[in-house]
Amino acid sequence: MKFRIYRYNPETDASPRMQDYVLDISSGMLLDALLLIKQQDDSLSLRKSCREGVCGSDAMNINGRNGLACITPLSSLKEPVELRPLPGLPVIRDLIVDMTQFFKQYHSIKPYLVNNDPPPETERLQSPKQRGHLNGLYECILCGCCTTACPSFWWNPDKFVGPAGLLQAYRFIADTRDQATVARLDDLEDPYRLFRCHTIMNCVDVCPKELNPTEAIGHIKDMMVRRMV
Amino acid sequence: MVSRVVVGAHYGLRDWLIQRVTAAVMALFSVSLAVYLFLHPGYEAWSDLFSRGPVRIFALLFLFCLYYHAWIGVRDIAMDYIKPVWLRLLLHVLVILTLIAYAIWSVQILWRR
Repeated sequence: MKFRIYRYNPETDASPRMQDYVLDISSGMLLDALLLIKQQDDSLSLRKSCREGVCGSDAMNINGRNGLACITPLSSLKEPVELRPLPGLPVIRDLIVDMTQFFKQYHSIKPYLVNNDPPPETERLQSPKQRGHLNGLYECILCGCCTTACPSFWWNPDKFVGPAGLLQAYRFIADTRDQATVARLDDLEDPYRLFRCHTIMNCVDVCPKELNPTEAIGHIKDMMVRRMV
Repeated sequence: MVSRVVVGAHYGLRDWLIQRVTAAVMALFSVSLAVYLFLHPGYEAWSDLFSRGPVRIFALLFLFCLYYHAWIGVRDIAMDYIKPVWLRLLLHVLVILTLIAYAIWSVQILWRR
């Protein structure tokens, strides 16, 4: 199989280049191929950890579409397989990007339960229905595929929270145990933080966990409308 | 002045909602007008239609919706692509003034004898 991989080392290279590799492999996942390439050429840099789509480390742009290398079957890819780092973030080296801005936005939505009541003896209970509202929200692995596929994030990475952050914001807004709903909605009622989303749904298209940030953003807007009118 | 990133203007919902409502009004007017002109072609029918008060008011409502919708859209584009704040503000002011002028002009056109 033929691969074309983005190579860039800011310390030595004046500009990025695409390097070709050929491997005798046709089955397995893309990450398997990348690890074989790394055996040939150990200067190739990439992130990986769990190799089964749980940690979100090996997110990259695969043939123009963001995804996780470890759960992308080689058989699904057209040759030459073109691999680039996630778009819209500074490249540290080769396929490794600097996720600082992504996690800054994630932290800005206070991704933790805010509850000032004294902790109960056991758990803070929810009914199965209340717990059900968190399905499709809590599964996010923060790989960054959605946020870096969003043009609104490309243009305003310092101000727009981005689909991953907004999905997590709704995860806590939807949580019946959380007491900061009003503050959370106030924080997001902002032309940049939430309303840069123009519902183009790139996020839904690329999410490797098949989550729907656009729907979550819609729910946040619904709640804002409900409290306004 | 420090150049820290500032957010938290606390608006956006109202505009987002207005954009949707104005879109619905514009769709309703455009489709009704298209259907009417398809069923009654010609200058006579057009002239007769716009001689009626309620039609003029509906047309004016459509145009006001168009201008408000356009304002939100153009502002969103400016927020995405125009980075210097002074230029964005200047553009916002120019767009608002132009759209207000258009609105006045629309009234003039619709009620011209």
